[in-house]
Amino acid sequence: MMDIPYTTEPRPDTGLYNAKLGIWLFLASEVMLFGALFSSYVLLRTGAPTWPHGSEFLNIPLATLNTVVLIASSVTMVLAWSALKLNDFGKYRRYMGLTFLAGVGFLIIKAIEYSTKFQHHLYPETNTFLAIYFTLTGLHGLHVIGGMVINGYFWGPGAKMWKTQPERFTNRIEVAGLYWHFVDLVWIFLFPTLYLM
Amino acid sequence: MSASDVESIKKQTRTYIGVFVALLVLTLVTVGVSYLHISSVFLALALGLLIACVKGGLVASVFMHLNHERKIIYWVLALTVLFFIVLMIIPVASHLDQRAIQ
Repeated sequence: MMDIPYTTEPRPDTGLYNAKLGIWLFLASEVMLFGALFSSYVLLRTGAPTWPHGSEFLNIPLATLNTVVLIASSVTMVLAWSALKLNDFGKYRRYMGLTFLAGVGFLIIKAIEYSTKFQHHLYPETNTFLAIYFTLTGLHGLHVIGGMVINGYFWGPGAKMWKTQPERFTNRIEVAGLYWHFVDLVWIFLFPTLYLM
Repeated sequence: MSASDVESIKKQTRTYIGVFVALLVLTLVTVGVSYLHISSVFLALALGLLIACVKGGLVASVFMHLNHERKIIYWVLALTVLFFIVLMIIPVASHLDQRAIQ
């Protein structure tokens, strides 16, 4: 069976291992996905006769806490990759575990926020602001879940690759990290747009 | 791995922690600014997005290693930014057009 080429060694024409260019192309498509929704947000907001301040409907302290949780998870993710670079698998496991737990924490806080809205009979159909709020945060939440599946796999069964192909595994963590940081980056823009303006 | 590699990764780790602290401070600044209740919506939007751009820039350049990356990735991102700007121009142009009609 032929091996997958350029998993560790750089491809001569791009200067990168293939997965790295791959994830960046994927992230470019993700920018367009969220960009289209941000564009819709601007259209809805400029077209609306009145627009509520986020604090009228949303819980700013909880969302601030969630921002901190997600930023912290980005740091633990990059530290997990650094640990592999330093050949310290134990440290990698701890940092990756923390990253996964931070994802769980983010979702729990988000779930509390959503359930409070529903208790007050605030749904996407209630008004345009809540419609775009639920769409954007819902899509972002799905991305968090997707990242957690990947991170969970690399923390658990996927980590077996470290024993046989450590360099390739380290690259996998870098790629998973690039996705996770992107999810953090999207939240960095969602937070002020929806909650603070 | 050479000793200099180990040293450079350890140095990077300190940078990551520094960026973490900067991101926390900027998050508090964003929230603080929102409590000032700036009367001009435009100014509030500009300030909020400016801080978000600084935070996003830190994440992209340090955590995502864009501060030292291959040229091809910069080209991919330049194209992405171009199309993103077009996406943002669409609603603004639509809004200005509507105002012109009224």
